[in-house]
This record gives sequence, structure tokens and C-alpha cells, in this order.
Amino acid sequence: MARSSVAKECDTDMKTSANKAWGDTLFKGMTLFFATGILILFIAILIALWHESAPAIDKFGLSFLTSTAWNPVKDEFGALIPMAGTILSTILAMLIAVPLSIGVALFLAELAPVWMRAPFGTAIELLAAIPSIVYGMWGLFVLAPIMADHVQPWLAEHLGFIPLFSGPQMGIGMLTAGLVLALMILPFIASVTRDVFLMVPQNLKEAAYGMGATTWEVVRDVMIPYGKKGIVGAVFLGMGRALGETMAVTFVIGNAYHLSWSLFAPGNSIASTLANEFTEADSDVYLASLMELGLVLFLLTFLVLGAAQLWLKRGIEGGGK
Amino acid sequence: MRMQRRTWTNRLILFLSGSAGVLGLAMLVWILGDVAIKGSSAINWDFFTELPAPPGMDEGGLANAIVGTVIMTLAATMIAVPFGVMAGTWLSEFGRESRFGHAVRYVSDILVSAPSIVIGMFVYIIMVKTMGHFSGWAGAVALAIIMLPVVSRTTEEMLKLVPHELREAALALGAPYWKIMPQVIYRAAVSGMITGIMLAVARVAGETAPLLFTALNSPYWSESMNEPMANLTVTLFNYAMSPYDDWHAKAWGAAFIITLAVLVVTIFTRLLLRKRSKH
Amino acid sequence: MTTQTEPKDTQESIALSVRGLNFYYGDKQVLFDNTLDIARNRVTAFIGPSGCGKSTHIRTYNRMFELYKGHRAEGEILMDGINILDPKQIPALELRHRVGMIFQKPTPFPMSIFDNIAYGLRLHTNLGRKEIAERVEKALRGAALWDEVKDKLNQPGTALSGGQQQRLCIARALANEPEIMLMDEPCSALDPIATAKIEELIDELKRRLTIVIVTHNMQQAARVSDYTAYFYLGKLIEFGDTETIFTAPKKQETEDYITGRFG
Repeated sequence: MARSSVAKECDTDMKTSANKAWGDTLFKGMTLFFATGILILFIAILIALWHESAPAIDKFGLSFLTSTAWNPVKDEFGALIPMAGTILSTILAMLIAVPLSIGVALFLAELAPVWMRAPFGTAIELLAAIPSIVYGMWGLFVLAPIMADHVQPWLAEHLGFIPLFSGPQMGIGMLTAGLVLALMILPFIASVTRDVFLMVPQNLKEAAYGMGATTWEVVRDVMIPYGKKGIVGAVFLGMGRALGETMAVTFVIGNAYHLSWSLFAPGNSIASTLANEFTEADSDVYLASLMELGLVLFLLTFLVLGAAQLWLKRGIEGGGK
Repeated sequence: MRMQRRTWTNRLILFLSGSAGVLGLAMLVWILGDVAIKGSSAINWDFFTELPAPPGMDEGGLANAIVGTVIMTLAATMIAVPFGVMAGTWLSEFGRESRFGHAVRYVSDILVSAPSIVIGMFVYIIMVKTMGHFSGWAGAVALAIIMLPVVSRTTEEMLKLVPHELREAALALGAPYWKIMPQVIYRAAVSGMITGIMLAVARVAGETAPLLFTALNSPYWSESMNEPMANLTVTLFNYAMSPYDDWHAKAWGAAFIITLAVLVVTIFTRLLLRKRSKH
Repeated sequence: MTTQTEPKDTQESIALSVRGLNFYYGDKQVLFDNTLDIARNRVTAFIGPSGCGKSTHIRTYNRMFELYKGHRAEGEILMDGINILDPKQIPALELRHRVGMIFQKPTPFPMSIFDNIAYGLRLHTNLGRKEIAERVEKALRGAALWDEVKDKLNQPGTALSGGQQQRLCIARALANEPEIMLMDEPCSALDPIATAKIEELIDELKRRLTIVIVTHNMQQAARVSDYTAYFYLGKLIEFGDTETIFTAPKKQETEDYITGRFG
């Protein structure tokens, strides 16, 4: 009797421990399954886009990337104009947003009266949460008319000898798109940069002031170098967003397929082409060309965001020493 | 001399930075102000209860679009949260140092900022094209894909904040891992995880691009999620691009509601976070 | 001048003359009527329990408090006849050029060792490359760091050990050729060996400049300083030459603190 009860106990004990191991294996396996899902998702996006763009890749080959054609009637398509528009609007946006963001961040971290810092900092973070379509719509209804009536005439009058600032003053076009895009990414870059500035140790700043440095010199020589990695990372992430941004741009870029030196002229970006034409594509090659545009955009942002991630990771390892 | 030059350079740059700060903030206040003023004047009771009216008619609302956005956002949350929490759990508990873990983390971080319109195209390929029609489900899946990396990465970060001693203490009692996760570890991290989920919800609620080729839009009540589904953002897009003034007014109204909802969720989440960090 | 009774040595002159110094954080007064003279080319130590105001006091000598809103000093601190508390008489930039400061934790800037030392020179002077290199070497030798870092001047300052970092900061301050060097608990983050090196250095440096050091460590004050001031609750309780303070303090409070009965 006694023996069998002991045996029984052992038996249940073994059963539960086997149970445990089995349960843990299942649990680990399930979580791994979902984690793998993210990786698979990423690869699936690439494969799906690649597969769907096959007709366009077959027909145009590499010339797709260098052709300025965009003619649905003749079924001739090239990515150059939307690509150029994406890159140009992003560059414009970065040129405007980066110095402004750093100014805003400095203001919020160092210059503003203390009572202003917390509420304004929170406001900037909230602004980063506003959907991009709101920025785009505001650009179309409010900013574009102002650009057409005031800003562009003024620029044309004073800087019109530069080809960049000549051309049609319609309000809608590359310059306005860049501006709206800049406003959209400004809160993001500014709030990250502000966090970076706030992380600079107080005693380091005091030491620089103690050497007789001015506020600007402390910022230039200590705060910016100290937070360099974080700031560059934020700029790259902002750039990645700007490249793929659809709604802030589509409203105001003008949807026109020609290359122009004028920043006033309407143009197109990859994302706005997709937003406008995807549901209208009536031939296989047309749809495939749009798919290939999507693939190009995905690879472009992958490049920028991937570089940003690597840079940030390096930063963390470097700081850990 | 030299010191004077430095002092003046300092003043000039501080002035410029202050101006940039004020200018940047002013622009953003301007945008928000426009949305609030023009948007609130377009909103009335009908806006929340009536179906869209044809252009030229003053009445009509966006009731179906509001409901559609809420339904698709909820459905996306139901899909993304279990998926993301499980993936985040693996990253935090089992895959911290492995090469595969780093790869998943790297890809997640890229997907977080990947162009949302491309996600829309992907879902078009795998769902709309194979099923032959646009649908609310396709919209929900597209939104879920955008939420997923955010949920998984915040889950991971929050679980990592739970001290290792807590796991050891629970395991020392003889409990298996799969039991201590829900009973102890998730509980310790739950408010942070909810914060991450809420922020992801706030983000997708305002997304337009991924819905353009998936849920499309509809002027009617949708009978089921297997049909094209009305939603606020695409409606806003169509209305704003239209030539009709009364539709423009409705677009401002939609923008106001979306902005308000997103801000309310974000502020609420931040308050939650602050309350937690005070403990 | 021959009738002067203090400082004890008639050859000594006064580097800083503090008269009726009051200090406020907003409405709260934290220093009360501090009056003392800092002797040139000597080491003066400030001791006292935490929160007694010794750090606050030292931070008026380079107006570091100006960085913070609501911090304000009243009274006079004379340096060569100039009241250094008055921005009109001397701008903060010039004052901090002439009065260097070393902090509790080493503060190497995020740049190379060389650039750290050259920092002040590049800010305040128009020296050419060659002269800067010479002054950097001189400063590093002055801080007894040259032999340890001469082969890695291009490495980041943060790559050095804690004690080396602190000597780097001393060298950085020395490169400005200050008249006075303020040290706010410079050894509290260092191990005993690194501390010994810094103390040795202080002894060396006082030939060239005036040192004011805040310390928690009574033995350190006794070892390195010529004069000692004991602060309590924002008041200067007792000030005199170190030997007297440590062997025959006049006030009971000082004796209690020094013998460890309190604090």
C-alpha cells in the first residue's frame, strides 16, 4: 500500500514536470511563431510587390528608373519624375525642418523661461501625434492660397533671377509640398532632439560655462556633440517618414508629370502618384508600374530607416563603454 | 574685442533659435486653431447621426464614416494586440541576445516608420485582389499591420523593465514559465503595455493611405465588413479634393473630429503614464 | 599695510576679499553675511556638514549661480579692486576665464583629450596651432598627466580613468592660466590612489595660483590646506590657519565637528 502510494506520488510528480516542460515548450514556440511572423511579414511585402510588378519589370527593365514617361494611354511608364519629386520634396522639407526643429528643441530645453518648458514640450509631442492628413488639408485650404498670393510673388520679385523661384504662382507645387512636409515632421524631430538635449548632464554644462563659454558655445561644443548620435538618428527617422508620407503631400504637390527647375511648378511624388492613380489603373502594365513604384519607395525608405537604425545602435554601444 | 564678438554671436544665435522656436510653435498653433475653428463650426447633431448627403445639400452627416473608422480600428486592435504581445514576449523573454532576435527587432523598427501606403498596397495584393472586392476586413488588416510593430516593441520594452528577480522568485516557487507570464509578469507590465497599445490606436485611427485601396469608402451603412467600408479619413480626402464648398466644410469637421479623438487618446495615455510613474 | 594682522605672513597678499556675502534661492536665504579673505598662492579649505552652504559660497566666485533662475548674491567679492559680483565691472565670461573650476564628478567634454585642453584657449585667445600645442603640453605637464596621455591625445577624454579624467579637467582649467582655481569636492568620486595624486598636485599648483577647495574629508582639509573655514547653516563659524582650526579651535561648534561629535 505504502509503496504504491509513493509510486503514485512520484508518478504525478513526473507528470507535472513533464507537463511543465511541455507547456513551456509550447509557450516558447508560440511566441517564437509570432515573432517570426513579423519577419515573414516584412519579406512577404517585398515578395508581393516584386511579384506584382513583374509585368512592368519585364516590359521596361532598368529603364523604368530613368524614364520620364508617364502615359497611361500608350502604356508607357517611368519612375524618374515621381522619384525626383519624392526626393526633392523630402530635401526641401529637411532643409526647412531640421534647423527649425533644432531651434525649437534648444528653445524648449535651454532658452525658454522655466514655466514654459513643460507645457510647450508636451504641446510639441501632441502635435507629433496629429494625423498627416490634417496637415495636408490645411496646406491645401490655408497655406496654398497664402503661398500663391503673397509668398511666391515676393520670392519671384526678389529672387526670381534664380530659376528655382520663377514659374507659375499657383500656390500648389513642390515648394508648398516641402513646406507642409516640413511642418509635419518638425514636431517629431524637435521632440526627440529636445529629449536628447535634456539628457546632457548638468555638471557637463556647468563645466563648460565654468571655462567661460557662452550659452551658444556650450550648445555647440558640448550639448550637440554629446547628443550628436541621437540628433542624427532623429533626423534620419524624420527623413524616412517624409519620404513615405502620402497625405501631407498629395493635397498640395499638384500631380503633374514634368520635371522643372522651378520650385513653384507642380510635380509628383511616389506616394501621391499611388494615392491618386492606384484605383484607376485600368491595364496590367499600369497597375504593375504602380506596384513597382511602391517597391521603389519601400526600398528607398528601407535604406534610410535601416541606416538610421544601424547608426542609433552603434550610438548605444559606443555610449556603453 | 574677442569677447565682445563672442557675446554678440551668442546673442544673435540665441535670438535666431528663440525665433525658430516661436515661429515653429506659432505655425503649429495656427494649424490647430484653423482645424478647431473651421471644424467645430461644421459640426452639429446631424454630423453624428445622418448619412452623407449629395453636394449642394446642407444637411447630411458622416455617421457611417465615424462608425466605420471605429469598427476598423477596433478590429485592427483585436488582430494586432495578441500578435504583437506574443511577438514582444518572445523578444523580451527568449530572444534578447540571439541573432534572430536582433533581426526581428531591426525589421520591426523599420516597419514602424515604413510608408503606410505600401502596407495598403500589400493588403490589396493579398486580400482585395484574391477576394475580388474591397472590404472593411482588408482595411482592418492594413491598420493591424501598422500597429503590430509598435505593439510588439513596446511590449518588449515594458517586459524588459520588469526586474529579473521577479521572474526568478516566481520560478523558484516551481511555477512553469507559461504560467508566470500571465500571472506575474504581464501584470507587472500591464499599464506600460496598455500605453503602447493606446498610442498605436491613436496612430492608426488617423491613417488614410492604407485604407485607400483596402476599405475604400462608401456613402452607405455597411452591412458587413466584407463590403467596402466608410471611414472618416478617406471621406475627408475625397471631400477636400472635391470642388464643393459644403463638402469642404464637412472635411474640416472630419479633420476636427479625428484630431480631437487622437489628442484625447494621447493625452489620456500620457496621464495614465504619469500616474503610474508617480507610484 | 604693515599693521595688518591677518594673513599671518606679511608677504601674503589677498586674492579675494569677501565682504558681507548673502545668498538667496528665491526667497530663501542660504548664506548669511559671510566675510573672509582668500590668501594668494595658498590653499583655503571650506569644511562643514552637507547643506551648510560651502558649495553655494564657492559658486559665487565664478558666478556659476547665474545659470539658475532666482539664485542671487548680495554683498561684495573684491578681486584686484573689482567687485566680481557686479556684471558691469566684470562679465561672467572674463571672470570664468580668470577663475577656473573643478567639479565633484570629472567632466571631460565629448571631444579628444587635446581638444579638451585647448578648449579654453580657442575660446578666449587667438593663438595659432603651434602655440596652442605648446600650451596644451604645458597644461598637461602642470596637471601631471602628460606622460600618461602624450601618445593618445586624439582619443576621447571619456576613455581615461576617473582619476585621469579629473586631472584632465584640472589641466583644462590650467590652460586658461587662471589666477584662482575652485575645487568643489574634487576627490569625492575617486579612489584613494587617485585622490593622493590630486592632493600632490594641489600642493604643486599653489606655487602658481590660489586654490579654494570644498571638501567633506577632514583629513584632506588638514593635509592640503593652509587656511580652513568652517561653515554651518550658511554662516561662517570660524576661519583661520588650518593648524589652529584643527588643534585649537576657538568655537565649540567647530571642535564638535572636527572631532566627529557631530556631522
